[in-house]
Amino acid sequence: MKFFTNWHAVHKEKMHNMKRLISFVKKEFHHVLRDPKTLMILFGLPIVQIMIFGFALTNEVKNSKIVVLDQSKDASALQLLNKIEASRYFEIEKSVTSRDEMEEAFKEGKIKMAIVIPDQFQHDLLHDNKATIQIISDATDPNTANMLNTYVNSIINDFQSSLMQGTNIPYRIIPEIKMLYNPQLKGVHNFVPGVMALVLMLVCVMMTAIAIVREKETGTMEILLVSPFQPLMVIVAKTIPYLILSLVNVTMILALSVLVLDLPINGSLGLLFAVSTLFIITCLSLGMFISVKTQTQQAAMLISLVGMLLPTLLFSGFMFPIENMPLPLQIVSNIVPAKWYYIMIKSIMIKGLGFMYIWKPILILSGITLFFIVVSIKNFKIRLA
Amino acid sequence: MINMKELVIETRNLSKRFGDFIAVDNISFEVNKGEIFGFLGANGAGKTTAMRMLCGLSIPSSGDAMIAGFDVYKETESIKKNIGYMSQKFSLYENLTVEENIQFFGGIYGLSNSDIKEKGRALIQKLGLESESRKLVGSLPLGWKQKLSFSVAVIHEPKIVFLDEPTGGVDPLTRRQFWDLIYEAADRGVTIFVTTHYMDEAEYCNRICIMVDGKIGAMGAPDFLKKKFRASSMDEVFYELARGAQRKDA
Amino acid sequence: MLNITPNIIVKASQLRKVYGKEKTVAVDDVSFEVNRGEVFGLIGPDGAGKTSIFRMLTTLLLPDGGSAMVDGNDIVIDYKKIRSNVGYMPGKFSLYQDLSIEENINFFATVFGTTLEENYEIIKEIYVQIEPFKKRRAGKLSGGMKQKLALCCALIHKPKILFLDEPTTGVDPVSRKEFWDMLKRLKDQDITIVVSTPYMDEANLCDRIALIQKGKILSIDTPNAIVAAYPDALMEIKADNLYYLLRDLNAYEYTLSCFTFGEFLHLALKQNNVNSKLELNTYLTSKGHQNIIINPVTPTVEDCFIKLLHD
Repeated sequence: MKFFTNWHAVHKEKMHNMKRLISFVKKEFHHVLRDPKTLMILFGLPIVQIMIFGFALTNEVKNSKIVVLDQSKDASALQLLNKIEASRYFEIEKSVTSRDEMEEAFKEGKIKMAIVIPDQFQHDLLHDNKATIQIISDATDPNTANMLNTYVNSIINDFQSSLMQGTNIPYRIIPEIKMLYNPQLKGVHNFVPGVMALVLMLVCVMMTAIAIVREKETGTMEILLVSPFQPLMVIVAKTIPYLILSLVNVTMILALSVLVLDLPINGSLGLLFAVSTLFIITCLSLGMFISVKTQTQQAAMLISLVGMLLPTLLFSGFMFPIENMPLPLQIVSNIVPAKWYYIMIKSIMIKGLGFMYIWKPILILSGITLFFIVVSIKNFKIRLA
Repeated sequence: MINMKELVIETRNLSKRFGDFIAVDNISFEVNKGEIFGFLGANGAGKTTAMRMLCGLSIPSSGDAMIAGFDVYKETESIKKNIGYMSQKFSLYENLTVEENIQFFGGIYGLSNSDIKEKGRALIQKLGLESESRKLVGSLPLGWKQKLSFSVAVIHEPKIVFLDEPTGGVDPLTRRQFWDLIYEAADRGVTIFVTTHYMDEAEYCNRICIMVDGKIGAMGAPDFLKKKFRASSMDEVFYELARGAQRKDA
Repeated sequence: MLNITPNIIVKASQLRKVYGKEKTVAVDDVSFEVNRGEVFGLIGPDGAGKTSIFRMLTTLLLPDGGSAMVDGNDIVIDYKKIRSNVGYMPGKFSLYQDLSIEENINFFATVFGTTLEENYEIIKEIYVQIEPFKKRRAGKLSGGMKQKLALCCALIHKPKILFLDEPTTGVDPVSRKEFWDMLKRLKDQDITIVVSTPYMDEANLCDRIALIQKGKILSIDTPNAIVAAYPDALMEIKADNLYYLLRDLNAYEYTLSCFTFGEFLHLALKQNNVNSKLELNTYLTSKGHQNIIINPVTPTVEDCFIKLLHD
């Protein structure tokens, strides 16, 4: 009997909690939808950014990893490859023996380019005065791909003229250029994932942090604390609307990309959304952490901008190639959540890869998320000061 | 007695509109030199808006006003040089010392360095802050801060000093010490324009203006108003007037 | 058995609160009791420690010393129970400015696990005054209406005890009067009210008051008892120039204390006899004062507070 009444009471309390949560989420939506500034950031910003970042930026590329499929294995090929290896732009990761092996290297994202030297390279060159060479680039990052092509072309030209020295035989090497994944070299292909990472970071981290801190600043947190509402629920309830709005945002950006920018989505849409949800939760946990640690909206905004947005721009790899950074910065980039999200989105959207290729970033992001959730809960104060 | 009244505030049909909303509606009044003029009204009656116009912080929508002999439309900079201002919210920099605050505000009001030194010393002495002069203002009790910030607001001997609820939340003893300072300044010829929520303080004023719905509801000496409204205290006068108000806050 | 009398709903014992690295003492061993069903006022200026006491009693702050019980619950151990059972209105208007009156009330009702309908009786009288504007956002309300809304939200779960931290600060006298009328009616519904205010004239509206300054309680009693305990005979004096009158009275050799009180000055003399008034009149006339009025006067709570501050 006592057990039953107890159970009844517990059940009733649970019902109340659910109702509280729903009513809180509803309230939160009111806050967002009634504030034109929030709405602008939420929905205006992604559109503007997608358009702006459509214009690519140029960057220098150094020590790009490439693989070589040398089918001729003759002296001329070796000479050419040595020249390529010697340049500061390239670093031959390994020599592969089959096209399958080469493709695998691309999928793993380890290499930027592959050079295929056909059978009888030297023979063709010496007898026909003309040989072909195949250059395959990963064009998910079209700037890098373009630049690498230019570099490799100039090296080949250089090699050509050194062969012609002292003779008047017009040796010609014809490079066949093939762009993988992004044959039209559209800059937007690169920037859409970047903008997605950036926008989600902005919306989830900054806006959640501000929304929670606002309750502290206006004093409503004080009232909520002096109520049966579980303090931690305040935070959970605050994040739910942003999770939903962020998913709307992802959908909007993708729709915009497909419809306006003609960007194909090569991989699974379901996986894309699953990965995005994970990243959103990561960001929300970061926002939670900031809100727990700050007292004013200004402080929350500053920390979000300097501490989160800036690293996202710098270290996610979409503005500046991480491969070109000094080693310490490369290591730092690993703790920037946006980097992993950017890698995953590129893999799914542009390369059309499946779960098997991105389980590692997923694991890392999950770890980061868990860390921030735990730290936030540990630091959450059930009282003032 | 003063025969020729010197007017330091003169307004005629002064109005301020925000869109459809008339915050201040055709107010006309005069304040004499050395007078303590109380400006009362319920929240939203238009006190703050009117005060901002008089300080040259906000341009009137219509009407005329001369402050310390300067026009509120064209000579706002000259007005600012001739007035002092103190409010409950912003008074002094908490993270500067007493001396630094005096130096800073003296500098802002255009006093020479020797003037700042001399007047600063006199001010500190008068308030009995000698041992605190190198302490941060933030560490002083609220009452002292308010007294200090009033003294700083009149350090340049302005013609008028505007006080926006200067004694809010201050203990009753300090409140009276504060009014001693006000009386003293008025005695030197500084005109005091003060708003307050304490009705007993209204009695300390030479004349009072009670704003109701952006208009002047009543104006005159406390005794005159009490007689007029057949009230025993200013509290009753105020209540009588404000009860009839149509609008409250904006 | 509980170790407090059932009639006492709040019991603070040597509560202490210290802030910051400099160990500023905000609340200094404060003890008091609040009886069930009374209006208890904490009266004192800003910085006296009123808010810190309220925050400790509402479990928002941990005391650095002492203890307190609210409705039989310890403020540290049973904080959850207290949180569900008290009504609290912080000093600053703390509702959602971008939500309407209705939305604010419904939200807080749900938070406390109730509905507007369920406890309509208790807030009815206040709510009907703001109901015509229920679709209006809280941010667009007048000060008086905001206050009524805040009070509705604090009452929505029918608390036994209501903590109101400076509800009338910065509010004009008319709204202040209205607010105290509402409190009186709440008291009739058996709600205990603990209220703080810097306005001395509000002291008389409480059943019992504690005068507080610099974290210390100066005196606790009914307003009448506090006034009755005033030791000196007090006179009210008026003349044409109040400022010169004050200056001259402060210079008068028999003056014990002299302060402005509205249109009058309140004067206490070092010794009072039959001739005092006459001598005083002579002195003031000799100083050139005109239209002198001198009357005996009952002290106010403010007189008592000043006296206590002075000692």
